Amino acid sequence: MAERIAATTSEGQTAARQLEAEVVPKTRLDVLPMLLVPLLALAALPLVGSGSSWVTLTVAGLAMGMIIFIIASGLTLVFGLMDVLNFGHGVFIALGAYVATSVLAPLSGLTEADSMLANLAAVFAAMLVAMAVAGAVGAAFERLIVRPVYGQHLKQILITMGGMIIGEELIKTIWGAQQIPQPLPTALRGSWLLGDAAIEKYRMIAVAVGAVVFIAMLWVLSRTKVGLLIRAGVQDREMVESLGYRVRRLFVGVFVAGSALAGLGGVMWGLYQQNLVPQMGAQVNVLIFIVIIIGGLGSPGGCFIGALLVGLTANYTGFLAPKVALFSNIGLMVLVLLWRPQGLYAVAKR
Amino acid sequence: MSGASEPLLQLSGVHTHIGAYHILHGVDLDVPAGKTTLLLGRNGAGKTTTLRTIMGLWQASEGSVRFEGRDLVGEQTPGIAQQGIAYVPENMGIFSDLTVSENMLLAAHGARTAAAIDAERLRWVFDLFPAMRKFWNHPAGLLSGGQKQMLAVARAIVEPRKLILVDEPSKGLAPSIIQNMLSAFRQLKTAGVTMLLVEQNFNFARQLGDTVAVMDDGRVVHRGSMAELGEDESLQQRLLGLSLGAHQ
Repeated sequence: MAERIAATTSEGQTAARQLEAEVVPKTRLDVLPMLLVPLLALAALPLVGSGSSWVTLTVAGLAMGMIIFIIASGLTLVFGLMDVLNFGHGVFIALGAYVATSVLAPLSGLTEADSMLANLAAVFAAMLVAMAVAGAVGAAFERLIVRPVYGQHLKQILITMGGMIIGEELIKTIWGAQQIPQPLPTALRGSWLLGDAAIEKYRMIAVAVGAVVFIAMLWVLSRTKVGLLIRAGVQDREMVESLGYRVRRLFVGVFVAGSALAGLGGVMWGLYQQNLVPQMGAQVNVLIFIVIIIGGLGSPGGCFIGALLVGLTANYTGFLAPKVALFSNIGLMVLVLLWRPQGLYAVAKR
Repeated sequence: MSGASEPLLQLSGVHTHIGAYHILHGVDLDVPAGKTTLLLGRNGAGKTTTLRTIMGLWQASEGSVRFEGRDLVGEQTPGIAQQGIAYVPENMGIFSDLTVSENMLLAAHGARTAAAIDAERLRWVFDLFPAMRKFWNHPAGLLSGGQKQMLAVARAIVEPRKLILVDEPSKGLAPSIIQNMLSAFRQLKTAGVTMLLVEQNFNFARQLGDTVAVMDDGRVVHRGSMAELGEDESLQQRLLGLSLGAHQ
């Protein structure tokens, strides 16, 4: 009898072990960081008080966040793939914005026309040229400045910052050191009214462009083989090479694409600020580093959420307590890192 | 074409330095085509370094690594892999954020999407490792340790390769999973796949190996047939410091 029970138990245990081995693992979707954006917006509502001001601030914050995301997304992948800290990323922002002024100036017929379509065509042309120039300069930057210092973080920081200073000086030589106004094309000025809330047209367009870039990036990263290689390379570069892929080449492609996106972001940032200074890249640089640290270095999804949080925080605090606005993004980063020291979405490295 | 008697892979006098450390002190090793070669030895003997040197992950400072008669020393890892060598590292190298199918797709150079992977080959892989079919669309990071090892090996064979290097296939696996792994490797042997396996588990090794090389202190100190070593307890005692009886 005892033997039979023992045998049954043992069979039961074997069956249980088999079941355990066969059980389908559950996909854990980490939603908490995604909830932060609506939570922050909701938390700001009673503080702001007026619903219409809140809508205006929220749209402004989302627009700023989207632009920052476009700029920072390339930087986070560049770091994730090759552990390259590119402190010179900001120079591509300024470059994009300045190239756009040169493209938009001769297109004044289109920008001054009272037609949204004509205005958008001019801005679109400026974006394309800015991306091409920033991408080409990015390729040269990678070859001349970044490649000699692979694997040496301290040197990377110093030399890429040096590259940015040289870039700024070159911009001053070409476009001059003084501020350049960058007025919005005629039909993109002004606001749409949603009840009492005024929503600036350009900000809605910025949100739309940011959403398109984000969706396109997600599509590339999740649906194409190149995207898979980038995600795999961020996790374990050595294994991707062992599978027969040249990660260096992939990295150059990502660096160029990231520079082009920074150029695109620069065009949008210039139109958002409506004036350009050669140092604008360095000013935005601080924000984008905060964003990629908040998001988790190497994570595009984290970068997106981090950018929206930074954009919203900057706008809410700018309205509620202008004196602490400068500190607010650092404060946000401190809070996020206290909660998740590796950032919102830590990339699993080998 | 190289002659039938010439090994597929031949290491001669390979030295490897990692930083200031001199790890391999002149490794000589032959891997005959169509056979399973086991690389044994104590921890720190240089087995993993040998595999990494073959893959170009660490560069040999001296000596030659000839694959099909061509020297691999100085070549970059991707170029070495493209010649038909698959490598399963000790940590398995699974991309945990990617699904099982995405992991497999990255190893299938001929396919642009998971659906385009050679169906017949994939069926063969699924027969060897049924869990891969079951968890096809699940993130690889959620697999158990044994399933990850199966994925790592499945990835190495999803397309035909001339040589497969596996670093400790039985490491950290439960006894029942080790049996699964053994039977999978036996089928690979039957299919004529050339393999170089690093192992610590002598029972696992003796059931698979055709030829064996034992390393100590960065050198190969014994080469011969696995059957011979499996039967000679005094040789095992001397080379590996183990008594098989105690391990059974």
